[in-house]
Amino acid sequence: MTSLLELTDVTKTYGGVVANDAISLNVQQGSIVGLIGPNGSGKTTLFNAITGTIPIDSGSIRFKGQEISHCLTGDIARSGIIRTFQQPRIYKAMSARDNMLLSASVRTEPFAHLFGRSNREAHDRMGELLDFVGLADKQDELAGDLSFGQQKLLELAMALINDPEMLLLDEPTAGINPGLVGGLIDRLKTANKMRGLTLLVIEHNMPVIMDLAEHIYCLAHGRLLAHGAPDNVRQDARVLDAYLGAA
Amino acid sequence: MPDTLALTPTRLILIAAFLLCGVVAPLLAPAYQTQLTELLLFIVFALAWDLVGGQMGYNSFGNVLFVGVGMYVCVIVQVGLFYNVGLYTEARGGGTEFIFDEAQFLTGLAVGIPAAMLACILLAWALGSLVLTMRGHYFAICTLGLGIAAGQIAAGIPWIGAGSGMLTPNPPDALGDVGLLLYYLSLGLAVVCALTFAWLLSTRFGLALNAIRDDEDKAEAMGLNTHAVKVTAWVVAAAFLGMAGALYGNLVRFIDPLQTAFAGATIGVWMILMALLGGRGTLLGPIVGAIIFQITKELFWTYMLGWQRVALGILIVVVAVFFPYGIVGFFRERSKQKSRIAEERT
Amino acid sequence: MIANLQILLDAPALSLQLLIDGILIGAVFALAAYGLALVWGVTNVINVAQGEFVMLGGFITVLCADYGLSPLIGMPIAAASLYVLGWVLFQLVIVHLVGRDMFNSVLATFGIAIVLQQLMAHVFGGADRIVESGLGSWFFLDGLIGIAKVKVLVFVACIALGIALAIFLARSRQGQAIRATAQEPRAASVLGIETRRVYALTFALNAAICGAAGALAAMAYTIHAYGGLAYTIRSFMIVVMAGIGNLAGIIWAALSLGVAENFAGFILGVQYQIAFVFGLLVVVLVLRNWRLKRKRLYLR
Repeated sequence: MTSLLELTDVTKTYGGVVANDAISLNVQQGSIVGLIGPNGSGKTTLFNAITGTIPIDSGSIRFKGQEISHCLTGDIARSGIIRTFQQPRIYKAMSARDNMLLSASVRTEPFAHLFGRSNREAHDRMGELLDFVGLADKQDELAGDLSFGQQKLLELAMALINDPEMLLLDEPTAGINPGLVGGLIDRLKTANKMRGLTLLVIEHNMPVIMDLAEHIYCLAHGRLLAHGAPDNVRQDARVLDAYLGAA
Repeated sequence: MPDTLALTPTRLILIAAFLLCGVVAPLLAPAYQTQLTELLLFIVFALAWDLVGGQMGYNSFGNVLFVGVGMYVCVIVQVGLFYNVGLYTEARGGGTEFIFDEAQFLTGLAVGIPAAMLACILLAWALGSLVLTMRGHYFAICTLGLGIAAGQIAAGIPWIGAGSGMLTPNPPDALGDVGLLLYYLSLGLAVVCALTFAWLLSTRFGLALNAIRDDEDKAEAMGLNTHAVKVTAWVVAAAFLGMAGALYGNLVRFIDPLQTAFAGATIGVWMILMALLGGRGTLLGPIVGAIIFQITKELFWTYMLGWQRVALGILIVVVAVFFPYGIVGFFRERSKQKSRIAEERT
Repeated sequence: MIANLQILLDAPALSLQLLIDGILIGAVFALAAYGLALVWGVTNVINVAQGEFVMLGGFITVLCADYGLSPLIGMPIAAASLYVLGWVLFQLVIVHLVGRDMFNSVLATFGIAIVLQQLMAHVFGGADRIVESGLGSWFFLDGLIGIAKVKVLVFVACIALGIALAIFLARSRQGQAIRATAQEPRAASVLGIETRRVYALTFALNAAICGAAGALAAMAYTIHAYGGLAYTIRSFMIVVMAGIGNLAGIIWAALSLGVAENFAGFILGVQYQIAFVFGLLVVVLVLRNWRLKRKRLYLR
């Protein structure tokens, strides 16, 4: 197993407030890693740093062995990292179908391919993914008219059809119909096994993340508190403290 | 929006009828030939504005930049192929020395229009990298500044007539009605423009434009090369604006740097008004909007007795404030409501 | 152009003259820019008709002078008339733009600008106008440098008005309501501040400031029915350089712009002075955007 994403001493401060304090983290190729921690512990800031939305103050972020901390968002996305957002971000005035069709292979294809229509394969995958997230009958609706949970699912489907090497998910089950959560976990596990998709997942729902992840990192107050196998993290006194202290 | 652009039989018939109207219109109403030519060029202006403004969400207030550059480049080529441009402008374009025979006049147009297009493509490409990284009102006001700066610069260069402007070559009598030639050239340009845009919007490029309008950062985070998309759209729009500008210059015959070429407070804002009147972000909207606008404008010019510009200004305010989705948007909303009601009934 | 540069190098007194004149006119720019920043900050509307308000203020003063009224009486009349106009325009148009897409406000206020331009051209004609002050000039360095007394008067008046406005915003109850609304409109309305009234007050106040600036501009400089857009662009540029709500920055940027414009007008030729203003706007925006990009931000 080689490491796909490697963070070393990543630090980010916002005018005196340390959002990420010397965080080091390692995601192996083909693994599923969880990122937990109370609100305000710096999880989303870390996602922003990895995807190049914000510049970091110091430290290094390496993806496939390449330093990416100085790269712009688009270049990082094209190199293989795609993320979702806590508040889903979709193209509101476009139909769910068009949201999907544009996302399909947009990361890897040459620019000239934009001047054509979507191929059979993209249509098939779109149909299949929308079916899976339960939006098959909503594909003509404007994405902005969907409910919060549906937008969240659409965003996830867009990320999956984009076929990244690594997917960063920001609370994928928040606001989603509980009946769908089980299937969602299975789907992510399947994508991980079949397509070798590497996952880094922020999640507040403990049973979900314990089931999904092979390795878990826990942040609190911008610092790395503990990490290890789910069972070890679950029983770590510091982790319990952080959550209870925050509650 | 691939589905909304599908060529259904009814649509094909409509398009054919439209084209037929276009071809016979100047023969049926020769008195309005100039206004009809202007309308066709307005359609190109509105469509080109909407590609970047309506479809991509980059609301430019300075598209006159390309209209003016196209106009000047074309006339400079038309004259420069056969005479010294400096002497021509000095003589105020007329006189007995500067005669263009049939072949010269047609060659001038045939070379001048593509040259105008090429110049605008290069200019848009060079400027695009600088201004298309700004968003919202910064982009709007920056482009406004570009358009006016260009006019002020043109008004200071004696070689192209400075503030007193430039005349396009006098068409030779042997050529007959040049207005008709300009009409059919404009019709051709408008059709090519509409077809090009229809094709562009039916491809994934059209989706990319809409995605940039809805959430550019998200599109970038999904790996779309937003910069290339933006520059391409801007360049395509500029190419058509340049060609339309070249024809417009020959239509009005006299190019004033501030009043005709880089007229930010008239043509520059009218093209936005046309797109808005019809409906931004739709292909049909700008075409419908241009037709309505041209009729309104001609009525104002006939009946408002000198106050037409005031009336047009008020129209801009009213549309921007109370009617921002235009006619096509209005009907779309209504048909949506109807289908919703029908759905609830079943 | 090179020849003009040579003249400047040969005659340092001329440079000093350009510098002084630039600083003096800069104060008028600062006043209009302060108003733009105020409306922008409070209502999030960019008023493209800003320059037309300035010109209209100038024309009203010219009109008063035609009836034999001193410009010092003309100025308050101009400010009061513009205050009323601003209030009416707010209730008719601007109120519908608050909180909407910025594009609508730029387009609508551009429409207002066109209407005002055309009306002014109809009513006052298309010629340059000025109110004669008859104050004369001070001369220094054996007459090499001449400073028109009225320009100094205008400069002092502009600065005084700016400071008065700043004090009004900082101290008075209404000023505090304006500032509170700018920061947190929702919190302000919860606290019982009628935000709509505050917006209207802000917009009308801005129009009055522009009216006063225009009256002052008419005394020392020329005004023209189509001269407004340049003032709008100058104001916008100054606010972009200084940032909203930074009075010291606005004054500094405005005076710099005045000086830069005067030198450019001399070196490039007067016919390119307006082109320089608009060109500079593009340069300022591009540079600022480029600096932001390194912080992964952009102008929006």
